[in-house]
Amino acid sequence: MEGIDGSGKTTQLALLAKWLSAAGHSVVLTEWNSSALVKAATKSGKKKNSLTPMTFSLLHATDFADRLLYNIIPPLKAGMIVLADRYAYTAFARDTARGVDRTWVRELYSFAVKPDLAVYFRVPIETSTERLLARRVKLKFYEAGMDMGWSTNLVESFKLFQGKVLDEYDRLVDEFDLSVVDATGAITNQQRTFRKLVAQHLKIEDDHEHIDDLA
Amino acid sequence: MSTSTTSPDVPLEGEPRPGEYYGNPIPYLPLGQYPGKIIAIEGTDGVGRSTQIHLLREWLEIQGYGVVETGWTRSELMQPTIELAKASNTLNKLTFQLLYATDFADRLEKEIIPALKAGFIVLSDRYIYTAMARAGVRGVDRTWIRNLYGFAIVPHLVFYLRLDEKTLIRRVLQSRGMDYWESGMDMKLGDDIYESFRAYQRSLFKEYAAMAEEYHFRVLDARRKVEVIQDELRRQIGAFLAESEGAVKIESPAV
Repeated sequence: MEGIDGSGKTTQLALLAKWLSAAGHSVVLTEWNSSALVKAATKSGKKKNSLTPMTFSLLHATDFADRLLYNIIPPLKAGMIVLADRYAYTAFARDTARGVDRTWVRELYSFAVKPDLAVYFRVPIETSTERLLARRVKLKFYEAGMDMGWSTNLVESFKLFQGKVLDEYDRLVDEFDLSVVDATGAITNQQRTFRKLVAQHLKIEDDHEHIDDLA
Repeated sequence: MSTSTTSPDVPLEGEPRPGEYYGNPIPYLPLGQYPGKIIAIEGTDGVGRSTQIHLLREWLEIQGYGVVETGWTRSELMQPTIELAKASNTLNKLTFQLLYATDFADRLEKEIIPALKAGFIVLSDRYIYTAMARAGVRGVDRTWIRNLYGFAIVPHLVFYLRLDEKTLIRRVLQSRGMDYWESGMDMKLGDDIYESFRAYQRSLFKEYAAMAEEYHFRVLDARRKVEVIQDELRRQIGAFLAESEGAVKIESPAV
């Protein structure tokens, strides 16, 4: 699951997980930047605003590697469905928007498992900002790209930075064949589209299993 | 091409030169012709790197050179995390390497590059070759690790303090003893720490030997007395500094 802050992807992911579990699938969820390994470093770096685009990128890659080995690969081996709230594409979009070399960051993540399905929830900046501000979400320093020094106004900086992130996502859609969901529509409609995409995918896999059984 | 008269650290055609990035540059940090120099001291544990660096610093400062020291895993950002991670048992070869790289990136941007700009001599206790040796021994993909460190700057001089297995073992046992990571116990070569240490260090020697040529190390026999090694380091560094100071005024002739 990919999308900028305020694209509604966490809501969509929670609904999808409900549906999959109800249908009898074993589901695990893994979230971007959630491993305990680098939590202290990320926290202190963010607090002191001392992260550079490179260390920001490398800390997230470390987090990802840790989760890949503990939280992603084992459930895959056990035949479960892993729902990832953000994946390597987040790094490709964000780190590049911060000025990290595009090729370097792709090579950095070459150890990542290619997802079976990658869905991108596309939303314009205005919509995502409105949603975040309506929920009175406090925009954070790094999410708003304040480290880039493009604007001293938090909302302004957020829009500028996320705008660059969106441009990168657009590039990723073609490069990695991401499935795009229009994230401006009603929650239910988005979820319907999302479930359809996932169902198509699970169906294919079920067929494979079926064929294997016959063999 | 290299002959017996060229110094070992002269880059070959097409190779990055000292003071340049090894691979793809950090786009937001283009490097200029900075007055500072990076001198890296490499070698496994127990070869006496910190003693030599300490003495070198004294000597350089007496001559009026500004010196900045930087050391592996010593960044403000990552040191606590790396220590904590080593103490727990959750690290694997990939996360270990990424923690190292984060530490290096932090020091590169905050210590090394500013020091180069300001004309300091950066004495680096270990450099990226330590990560590469450890990665190589653990079977981390060679291309991946080299791409990862593409943002590293080529040092002006790399000294590799080389020790043999027997001397190394005695030195380590006489100082602080064999520890879990230095013995490569994470590689599960066996329960016997002595045997594991030997096997692990032997593979590290091989990795360093392979890199010595690739990265133009100046290899020094670290079995000798501290003062003898120090004299050798001073002689080579002195010659290099004299040469590069001379080169400031003289335009290099067209080939």
